[in-house]
Amino acid sequence: MISRLQQKLASGQFVITSEVCPPKGADCGEFLGKARVLKGQVDAINVTDNQGANMRIAPLAVATLLVREGIEPVYQITCRDRNRMALQSDLLGAAALGIGNILALTGDHISFGDHRQGKPVFDLDSVQLLQAISTLESGFDLAGNRLQGAPAFFAGAAAAPEAEPFELTLFKLQKKATAGARFFQTQAIFDPDRLAAFTTAVRPLSVKVIAGIILLKSAGMARYMTRHIPGLKVPDHIIAELEEASDPVAKGVEIASRLAAAARHHCDGIHIMAMGREELIPEIIKEIR
Amino acid sequence: MIVSKQKPFADILASLDGRSRVFLVGCAKCATVCKSGGEEEIWQMQESLTSAGKEVTGSVVIDEACHMLRVGRDLRTRKEMVEEAHALLVLACGAGVQSIAASSGKPTIAGADTLFLGNIRRFGQFEQRCSLCGECILTETAGICPVTVCPKGLLNGPCGGMDEGHCETDPEAECVWHQIYQRLKEQQATENLKKIAPGKDFSRMLKPGKLKLDK
Repeated sequence: MISRLQQKLASGQFVITSEVCPPKGADCGEFLGKARVLKGQVDAINVTDNQGANMRIAPLAVATLLVREGIEPVYQITCRDRNRMALQSDLLGAAALGIGNILALTGDHISFGDHRQGKPVFDLDSVQLLQAISTLESGFDLAGNRLQGAPAFFAGAAAAPEAEPFELTLFKLQKKATAGARFFQTQAIFDPDRLAAFTTAVRPLSVKVIAGIILLKSAGMARYMTRHIPGLKVPDHIIAELEEASDPVAKGVEIASRLAAAARHHCDGIHIMAMGREELIPEIIKEIR
Repeated sequence: MIVSKQKPFADILASLDGRSRVFLVGCAKCATVCKSGGEEEIWQMQESLTSAGKEVTGSVVIDEACHMLRVGRDLRTRKEMVEEAHALLVLACGAGVQSIAASSGKPTIAGADTLFLGNIRRFGQFEQRCSLCGECILTETAGICPVTVCPKGLLNGPCGGMDEGHCETDPEAECVWHQIYQRLKEQQATENLKKIAPGKDFSRMLKPGKLKLDK
């Protein structure tokens, strides 16, 4: 089964994805409500995997709920909480449940989250996880045993276009491409020129680029994220814009749509992180749809 | 060396609750260097315990508390003092505590927490550089261990949390992959960063480790 996201990217169409954070609890009503608002607006919805190392419902479960709703999920899977057996096992489960898009991640360190005394696993890293996905697709597991039915995935990986030194991150991106990444979903970008330079640098890898766009709801939130979210740095001029605005959320929407419109020329798609305000996504993407 | 740190005195006292006579054991090697259980710390512990109303029946600082034969020999030379005690308080690493517990037959109190295999940066400053993983990759990583120094043990380069060479878990710390990258650049060997490292063989560090040299 080839995912719609894969089909659209392969045919050169611009894609829009978003994400909805799985609930902390078994009640997925609100989660599904937010996802339904986005149906028809975006091509796929990412479900995060214990985001920020905070324990939540399994992304595999909520991705399955999305499939039932006719919404295409991007199943985010991290190496922090599962060893190579559990990762492969969940991936096979995902395939059986009709989940085709995977975002293979290392995962934030457990010291950021709400279960700091837990054991961080990191049996594999993101490159090795991508290799595991390719191995499963070839009909075998990592131990070389033949599978009963090989899964087919559209696997992607994370990229940080604004991280320095870029050459060092580029070595890893090359490995991710070699290991089977077909798209890069970037960390939130704030500088379209940096994105353009990034896209040029990774072009030889023939990997699609989906640029991350974040909705900043206030200057305080922007500062907090800069301090606490690994790899995310909101520039001062954007914080100042939010600070001076009488309606910071409206300003945040304006900034996000501006960045999305500018990013559009430099990538194959955008990924909107609305931080709980998913109902504002249609407005953010209004001009680029 | 094995880096250990004395437990808080209140915790040690709590472990000795109901045991008034104590024999003290230290180690002349690692615990002496990291000041958790050398001659000086044993003497200080004796003072503190006496002030707290305990009777110290005697003490010994063993030349390698992890050496099981030496522990047996040294405790035998102080047989009476050991016999008199209700418990042995050991200021050494976990290996030391266990050889003493196995040899004395008395209740044994672990007076220190064992932290890591450490390098000595300078006096009183220790850093973990090796995780005893059983499969050394330092030849490929410019002599800097990502298994240990990266909090995630990543083998294929930095995670998304690295920025300007810093680690996401501690902005004061330099990302180990940044360190490796810098050194490989100096050695004109950044080609190493292109090789994909396979998943680590964790069967090499299955517990408990055992090694018997061939005769």
